[in-house]
This record gives sequence, structure tokens and C-alpha cells, in this order.
Amino acid sequence: MLINCPYCGLRDLTEFVVAGEAVARPDAHGDLDGADARAAFADAVYLRENPAGVHREHWFHAAGCQSWLLVERDTRTHEIIRVDAISAGMARETL
Amino acid sequence: MKFSGFELLKNAFTGQTGWTPHWRKAEPKSSYDVVIIGGGGHGLATAHYLAKEFGITNVAVIEKGWIGSGNVGRNTTIIRSNYLLPGNIPFYELGMKLWEGLEQELNYNAMVSQRGVLNLYHSDAQRDAFARRGNAMRLHGVDAELLDRDAVRTMAPFLDFNNARFPIQGGLLQRRGGTARHDAVVWGYARAADKRGVDVVENCEVIGLRQDNGKIIGVETTKGFIDAKRVGMSVAGNSSRLASLAGLRLPIESYVLQAFVSESLKPVIDCVVTFGAGHFYISQSDKGSLVFGGDLDPYPSYAQRGSLAVFSDVAENAIAMMPMLGRLRILRSWGGIMDMSMDGSPIIDKTPIEGLFFNGGWCYGGFKATPAAGFCFAHLIAKGAHHPVAAAYRLDRFATGRVIDEKGAGPTPNLH
Ligand SMILES: Cc1cc2nc3c(=O)[nH]c(=O)nc-3n(C[C@H](O)[C@H](O)[C@H](O)COP(=O)(O)OP(=O)(O)OC[C@H]3O[C@@H](n4cnc5c(N)ncnc54)[C@H](O)[C@@H]3O)c2cc1C
Ligand SMILES: [Zn+2]
Repeated sequence: MLINCPYCGLRDLTEFVVAGEAVARPDAHGDLDGADARAAFADAVYLRENPAGVHREHWFHAAGCQSWLLVERDTRTHEIIRVDAISAGMARETL
Repeated sequence: MKFSGFELLKNAFTGQTGWTPHWRKAEPKSSYDVVIIGGGGHGLATAHYLAKEFGITNVAVIEKGWIGSGNVGRNTTIIRSNYLLPGNIPFYELGMKLWEGLEQELNYNAMVSQRGVLNLYHSDAQRDAFARRGNAMRLHGVDAELLDRDAVRTMAPFLDFNNARFPIQGGLLQRRGGTARHDAVVWGYARAADKRGVDVVENCEVIGLRQDNGKIIGVETTKGFIDAKRVGMSVAGNSSRLASLAGLRLPIESYVLQAFVSESLKPVIDCVVTFGAGHFYISQSDKGSLVFGGDLDPYPSYAQRGSLAVFSDVAENAIAMMPMLGRLRILRSWGGIMDMSMDGSPIIDKTPIEGLFFNGGWCYGGFKATPAAGFCFAHLIAKGAHHPVAAAYRLDRFATGRVIDEKGAGPTPNLH
């Protein structure tokens, strides 16, 4: 399988590490020890949608440019729909 | 009909015409005390133990395909109880004990073969880790032997002992581990459950979980609505999809695991061997084929087919461990969908919805668990309380920090 890294071009699957579902880190403001913040972090770390269909994932180009990528892929067919670079300025909803 | 030596002999003289179907082709009734979703090994074992141990016989097992079409018919058939953590060892050991009596219990030849499971180690650090695991097992009354290089060589002379990069220093052996015929296990449980009155309904998919006021009242299926007082979910790789019908999110991602089988050879490997320097395991079936596998494909998948990249990795591991495999011809490969949990350990628990129970997150180790998972899930559904050996398999252990992480890999489901 070839993945089109926005920095490196078409590269082999074996160069990448897949970090699973793209979950945004909860807002880290206020009382981090409160029940709400704990529940939000437990959700983000452990709970997943895990859909059969289009799935947004974090990939890391470990044996390449070492960039984090946002990959949109169909879990039923393994078809890659798009690959985007993740940049510091991206809105948190899009991560 | 009961299987016996006498029946075999009788049929040998009567043209094999006396054999009857192993279970009825049941159509669903309109209501049940318990509906189990998923006719894999776990679902059918649950139904069997509900009927046999807990006296609940008004039970249906609802399977969307045919019995044995899921992971129970796709796995590499290894059974063992060589775990490290206290939350796991007693559970898998109960499983091993149930395997040891399974054929008499089910009156079915499941070809349980305690041929031994040998895990190789290749470094001092790995030896120490294996010694610790073996000690933990023995403290729980499970058999374990730490072998040095010479002892491994006597057992498995065909391994590459001269490999410069991955020298074999020894192995951890569980002699009571081995293999079982996966199809026979699922057929045996289906037959035994059917005999006690359980309806095994095939080609019927659950497409909705109907609730009333936070309580389950039945399941919508492709054959209509079925009323149920209690519902158990046991659908392996499809856990998240099914649970989403009740609005639940689970600590699970689904991945595909491949397996490979070769042409038949004369007897060459008489136990299960696993490579410690990579991820590879192999055994020989009674037909003579070598059955082997390795890592998951790295990305979430529902495709039931794997990539070439993983196959080439498996092949490299195979040759590093056992060079003679270079001449082997592969007959088939296939994939099954694993519900990988966030700590690599399973879940057998109630859900926030009253009357709805969950069994899943078995990763790639759920075949060996079939008898114990069925027993403990039936216990939970019948009594509303955890069986003591499965008490740690809680759904809320992630939020409370009580994870059971054998590998110490954290919430990275594809690494467990
Ligand atoms: C390649 C491979 C190798 C493996 N090797 C081993 C091994 O050596 N040792 C080991 O211990 N484990 C192994 N495993 C893991 C083991 O096979 C599984 O953990 C175990 O079989 C899962 O439980 P099950 O038998 O109930 O699953 P399944 O047989 O998958 O049963 C689940 C059933 O649910 C049905 N279903 C799903 N959704 C619905 C719905 N909506 N309505 C109705 N029915 C539904 C499915 O059709 C399926 O039949 C392996 C798995 C694979 C794929
Ligand atoms: Zn790159």
C-alpha cells in the first residue's frame, strides 16, 4: 500500500505508524481534577467511534519526514480518501 | 443421537446413514428470557452454560451469517493459559480446565490436543521476563517450565540456533497448552445448546436494540422484532457497531489479523512454537498443514482481508526462526476482524442499559477463552453478578485506572 505523504510523496505503508482514531485532546482549562475534566479525558483516551466506513486517523511518518498526518480512510475497503499534514495552527475541530 | 464407539461401528456397517443433523435450523420465536447476539464460539458457549449450569433454557442465539463464519472459524486454534497478571491468570486457567473436560461434557470430538506451547526467548532481558511470567503462573497453580537452549534444541531441533541476530537462548514451555479444532468447538457447543432447548438462529442479523426507559426490551432483527428480558452481546470484531445501536461507545478499535496455511507435510512440528524476537507463531494441523500467523495489519479495518506488507513481515519472521520454511508452499491466507481493546484485555460486564450485557474486546486471544468466557458471561447474565475469575474484566476499568495491560503498551490497541 502506498500513502501520499504531503511532504515526501508516495511512500510505502511500512514507513508509517498508525495511531488510530483522530481524537482531539479535550480543552485543558480550569479544574483538571474535577469530575468533568476526568470524564472528558477518560473518554478521549479510551473511547472510540470505531465505524465501519469513513474514518479519520492520525498517522506518523516515522521512517520518513517524521510528520503527523491526518488520514481519511474507508475501514471497509482500506481506500485512502485524503491525507493532510497536521499543522500547529489547525482548528481543534479539524484535528 | 449420542456419539460413541458403538455408533461409529454401527454406522460403519450401515453405510454411514445413521448420522443426524447436529442442531435444528430454528426460526426465532416472538420472545425469550435471554437473547444472545452472535453465534460464534463465545455466544454458543454462553447459551450452553446458561442452559446447563444456570437452568435458563428459553434462550436464542442470533447469528447474522452461519455458525462458524466469524473468528471462531478463522483463528489459529491455539489454547494456553500462560498469562502474567492476576486479573488474567485465574480466568484463563479456568478456561484450560474446561478445555480438558470439554469433549466429555459436550459429547463431541473437539480434537483438544495438549501438545505444548513453547515461547522462545532470545536475550537475557527476555529470559528474565519469561522467568517472571512462569513464576506468576506457578504461583497460581498453572504449569510452566523455563527451558535452556539445550532443552529447546532437544524439543525442536529444526529451529535456527545459529542465527547471529536472533540467537535462541531458551524458552518458556506450557505443556498443557496446545490446540483444538476450532470448527468442532463451535459445532459442539451449538449441538449441546440445541439439545437443551436453545434456539440457534442463523442468517438473522440484529439491526436494532430496543430500549424503554433505560432498560432493554428486545432486539430488532432481519427476521422481525424479538422480545427479550435480557440481551447479551457477543459479536467479536463487530462490538462497536452493535453497541452503537444502543448509543454506546466502547474502549475498542477493530483491526484485521491474518492467518496462513501451507500444503500438507509429514509430521514436523509437534507443539506450538512462538518467536520471541518478532511476532510469529506456528503449529501443524492434524491434516499436516502448517498453520501460522503474526502481527495485525496496522490500521483499523472491517475488511476481513489483510495486506501484503504484513505477509512479508510474517515470512521474514518465519525464516529467521525456522529456515526450512523457505521451501514451503502456502495454500491459503485469510483475515478476521479483532476487537482490540485499549489494554489488550477483554470485557465481560453489564452496560449502562439495564438488561444489556457485553462480552468482547478479546483481541487475538479469544479462541482459548471460549469455554471460560461462555461460562462467566452466562454467570453474569443469570445472576447479575461477576464470576470471581472474571471480576476484573469491567467496562469502567479504563476510567478508574484499573487497566489490565499485559504488555504495558498503554491505550494503543494495535500494539497489544
Ligand atoms: C487469524 C486469526 C487468528 C487467531 N488466532 C487465535 C489463537 O490462536 N488463539 C486464540 O485464543 N484466539 C485466536 N484468535 C481470536 C479468536 O478467534 C477470537 O477472539 C474469538 O473467536 C472471538 O469470539 P467468537 O468466537 O465469539 O467470535 P466470532 O466467531 O467472530 O463470533 C461473533 C459472531 O457475531 C456475528 N455477528 C456480528 N454482528 C452481528 C449482528 N449484528 N447480528 C447477529 N450476529 C452478528 C458474526 O457473524 C459472528 O459469527 C484469532 C483470530 C484470527 C482472526
Ligand atoms: Zn513524509
